[in-house]
Formats: sequence, C-alpha cells, structure tokens
Amino acid sequence: MQKMTKLMRAVGVAGALGLAAVTAFAGEISGAGATFPYPIYAKWADAYKKETGIGLNYQSIGSGGGIKQIKARTVTFGASDKPLTEQELEKAGNLMQWPMVMGGIVPVVNLPGIHSDQLTLDGTTLSRIFLGEITKWNDPALRKLNPGLKLPSAAIAVVHRSDGSGTTFNFTNYLSKVSESWKTNVGEATSVQWPVGIGAKGNEGVANNVQQTKNSIGYVETAYAKQNKLTTTRMVNKAGKAVSATADSVQAAAANADWAHAPGFFQIITDQPGDASWPISASTFILMPMQVRDANASREALKFFSWCYAHGDAAAAGLDYVPMPANVKKLVESRWKEIKDADGKPVL
Amino acid sequence: MERQRTLARFRRSDKIFRNLTFVAAILVLSLLGAVAVSLVTGAWPAMKEFGFDFLTTESWNPVTEKFGALAPIYGTLVTSFIAMLIAVPIGLGIAIFLTESCPMPLRRPIGAAIELLAGIPSIIFGIWGLFVLAPLLQTTVQPALIALFGNIPVLSGLFAGPPYGIGVLTASLILAVMVLPFVTAVSRDVFETVPTSLKEAAYGIGCTRWEVVRNVVIPHTRVGLIGGVMLGLGRALGETMAVTFVIGNAHRISMSLLAPGTTISATIANEFTEADGDLYTSSLILLGLLLFLITMTILAGARFLLWRIDQGMKS
Repeated sequence: MQKMTKLMRAVGVAGALGLAAVTAFAGEISGAGATFPYPIYAKWADAYKKETGIGLNYQSIGSGGGIKQIKARTVTFGASDKPLTEQELEKAGNLMQWPMVMGGIVPVVNLPGIHSDQLTLDGTTLSRIFLGEITKWNDPALRKLNPGLKLPSAAIAVVHRSDGSGTTFNFTNYLSKVSESWKTNVGEATSVQWPVGIGAKGNEGVANNVQQTKNSIGYVETAYAKQNKLTTTRMVNKAGKAVSATADSVQAAAANADWAHAPGFFQIITDQPGDASWPISASTFILMPMQVRDANASREALKFFSWCYAHGDAAAAGLDYVPMPANVKKLVESRWKEIKDADGKPVL
Repeated sequence: MERQRTLARFRRSDKIFRNLTFVAAILVLSLLGAVAVSLVTGAWPAMKEFGFDFLTTESWNPVTEKFGALAPIYGTLVTSFIAMLIAVPIGLGIAIFLTESCPMPLRRPIGAAIELLAGIPSIIFGIWGLFVLAPLLQTTVQPALIALFGNIPVLSGLFAGPPYGIGVLTASLILAVMVLPFVTAVSRDVFETVPTSLKEAAYGIGCTRWEVVRNVVIPHTRVGLIGGVMLGLGRALGETMAVTFVIGNAHRISMSLLAPGTTISATIANEFTEADGDLYTSSLILLGLLLFLITMTILAGARFLLWRIDQGMKS
C-alpha cells in the first residue's frame, strides 16, 4: 500500500514536471528558407533535441520562400543565403538579420590529366569564361596563369545552376566585383541571364554535368565538391595570392570582413582582403522580426541559435561548413537583445 | 399506403443522389474556374508590366526584371512536336502489330510491358536520361549527327554545336519514350473495336494486311486515334521533371536541336522557389497561365477536330 502511494506520488510529480515543460514552450521551433544550410541545421536540431527536448521544424524551401514566409510571419525565423539590405529589412516589417554559418563556392573542372588544385584561375579570367569571351582552354589568359600545365585546345563547356540559388547569388556577386563587364551585362542575383552554357538543377546537377562533359567548368559549394571528389581549382584572391578552397581560407575571408560596421549584418564575404582569404566565400543568414508576436517561440529559437554558436562548430566542420569567427558570434549575440515582445521587453 | 411510402422514399433518395452527383460535377468546374482565376490574379502584375511583349521577348533577366516567354514557349512546342513525331509512328506500329499480326501468347506480355512503361514516375525517366541517355548521345549519336549533316545546308544548322549530351533533342527523345505508352495503349484499344466482320470482308476480297490496316482499321478508328495522340501531347506539353533534367535549362532560342533550351514547366520548376521580387514571381505565374492556355487550346482543337470528323461520318 505504501509502495503504491509512493508510485502514485512519483507519477504525479513527473506529470506535473511534464506539464510545466509543456506550458513553458509548446511544440517546435519553426523556420523556413535556404536549402544550402539545411544539412547542418538538421544536425544541430537533432543534437539540440536530445539535450533539451525541443525540436526544430525547418522547411528547406529556398531563400526566396524563406524571406516570403518570415515577411508573412508564418514561421518564427526565416533563412536566406542572400542577405537583405537595411532598406529591405525595414520594408519587410523590421527584421533582424545575422550570419549563422559559412561555406565556400569553388569552380570545378573536367580536364583530362588535371587534378584538384592544379589549375589556377583569377576573377577576371573566370568572369570572361562565364561571359563567353574565353572559349578555349588554351587561351593566352589561362596559359599565363598556369605556365606549367598542358591545356587542351578544346572548347570550354560552361555549366551553371538552372534553379535560383544562394550559390549563384554569391558567385555572380563575386564576378560583379571583379569584372565591370559582368556587372553591367549580367549582374548579380539568385538567378541571372547566363550568356553561355547549360543550366543544371542543384549542386548535384552541376557536379554531374561537369563530371560527364569533358572540358567543362562549373561552380559548386566546397562541401559538395569535397564530398564528391570533384576537380577543384585554385583562385587568385584580392591580395594577389593563389589559394585553395578550404575551411581555413573561407574562415580567413570571414575574419577579414568588417562585420562590426555592416548595418544589419549586410555583409557579402566575396572578394575579401587578406593573403589567405578564399575569394568566393559565402555566409548564410537568419531572419527574425525585431518585434515578435510569440515571445515564447522566439526565445526558444534564440536559445537554439545561441546553443549552435556555442556547441555547433564541430558538427559544422564535420559537414564541411565553416563556423563563424568568435568575434562575429559575440557581436551577433549582443544584438539579440534588440528583439522584443509586444510590450517592448527583450525576449531573451 | 405502404407502397406509396416506399415510392416516396425512393424518390427522396433518388433526389439526394442526383444532387450529390450534380455537386460533384460542379466541383470540378469550379475548381477549374478557381485555378484560372488565381492564375490570372497572380499573373496580373506581369501582364500589366509587359503586355503582349511578354510573348515576343526572348530575354529572361531576373537582375533587370525584364521577362519574356518566347524561349520557354518555343522549347515547349518544339520538344513536344519532335516527341510526337517520333512516338506516334512507333506507337501506331506497336498497336497494329499487337492487334493484327502478333502471335496470341505474346500479346498479353507485350501489352502489359507497354502499360507498365506508362506507370514509371517521370523522375525516373529524368534520372535515366541524365545518367544513361545523355552520355550515350554525347559520345556516340551527337558527334555522328554533327559529322553526317555538317555539310548539308539547313540540316547542318539543326545539328550544330558542341555535343553537350543534354539539350532539346535529348528532352524530345525522353518525352517520346514517355508518351509512347499512351499513344500505344489507346490505339490498341481502339483497333480492337474494329468489327471482325469488316476486317474479314476486306481480307475476303483479297486485301493485304497493310491494305486492311490502311483502308479499314485506321479510317474506322481515327477519332479514337486522334484522342490517343492528344492525350500523349497533353502529357508532353506539361511534363516537368524529366525535361528539367535533360534540356539544359538555358533561356535561349537556338536553331540547333543539340543546343540547350528550356520549357515553360521546367522554368517554373527551376525558378519558383527562389524567385524574389513580385514581378519575378508574377512572370512565372504568367508562364503557368500560358501553359494552361496552350494545353486548353490544343485539347479544344482536338475536340473540334473529333466533332468535325463525327459530323462528316454522319452525313
């Protein structure tokens, strides 16, 4: 009998605790947006759920969709590979934006006898290839950059993304920075009017077409290139040094970017200064309203992001993402206080 | 008394049944209407901005927000046309073989295989096209075509350029494989409706098999045949995934069939998720509306054709 009451009491306490947890935060953190960071968000969410019991429902519907959904406030946070400008943030109903994790974008080639990081390109040459101005692999510009390599006298087959993508945005942003002709004729966006080449869907589509088409060139995320053993190229950066696309060179680019003076963290980290900087680096962003409707949900989301910054670096590196530098994380966390509930109280 | 009550009950249940079926029919119509209305409202900003220029502009530039539908419309029509050009003769051939000269034990297995082909999801065709068909075309068929027609005017233009493996021709071939089962299955079914007495009469007066098919079977079934072809064409026009994989997705009109192109549905599938900006989204919806109109026009045309043939046969 005594045993019985003890058991009952235990059950009662457990039930009360469970109830308390439920009233504190019901359900999951909801977010939507970019596909590029989806694998790492999913991994973080999995580990976070094991620790705290709070899950994440992230729909990887693309950056454009993420921006639309956070504008409509149907999710707690949006995610985009393309940062919004200060005006755009304001127009979308006062959003706050910060970078979450980074990656690199690397040109990949299929040239007989040429292995990863043997071919070197610079921004001007890359832009002229994608503009259709350089059409042969043994063009003088390419030979000058690669004096030791035997380049074939073959036509260059250009492969680009056919779907709108943050990868394309950062790639074309880089080309616009290094080439006046690219900037005026093509410009930068998640999808552009490509002067030459074939379009393939997704990183895997580009990778596949490059692997299948001899003498081709395309661009993919570095993580994707590494996992699929594609032939990557080296790039000459702003400082005039040839670098390979690695986690270190991407992090160097981010460290050299001036985040503190970027309003709304609008910072595109392509073509950054520094000897070790990888020139086509990219960060992916989180969007949240400055004045939230559901303070509970927003608090949980911020707690999750804070946990990711603190404990997520190893998981990110494991998936070939590059964690944000410590000084940037600190800066971002100090801004979270500006996210307030309906009464004007900070949610965190 | 008992009888009247029962009759009244029957009348009531009959009325309910009739109303239910009526609602079901209306539901389809109103769905169609709702689709059209939401497409038009979604496409309105683009219509206002570009007007008829949308139909005649080749440029599709998300950066400057100048959109034109000429390249996707061209790609949609050309790939579907070539696909039908390949699939219709082959499909008719299979159907004639199955109904006229195929040994009985083989009829069922071949027929079943064709029907299974129709059940394969389009994404499988896309993957097969990208991994198997495209490399094959790139290394063997396309270089041969370029070499063969290189010196012939017109044809050299149709088969010009570097062999990418993917492009308008590859997309057309995939579409041909995809519509083949529709054309075949419908033709076989309608061929089987030809009365045996008709065919036997023709054979009896000494017609060859070819003459029987040409002068008896096909004239007797042309309404159904056109229906089958239109069903296939409808699928070819709207097919998305398989085409997206192998067409090359370039917003350009090129005379060469080996060059990359795009179709309406491939463009929408590729770009809708990341389309930011109202005009961009609206232009994509307008593309969808155009596809809706093209498909409707072709289906209505087919109906009209069938009606004309019906009238002709009656008089």
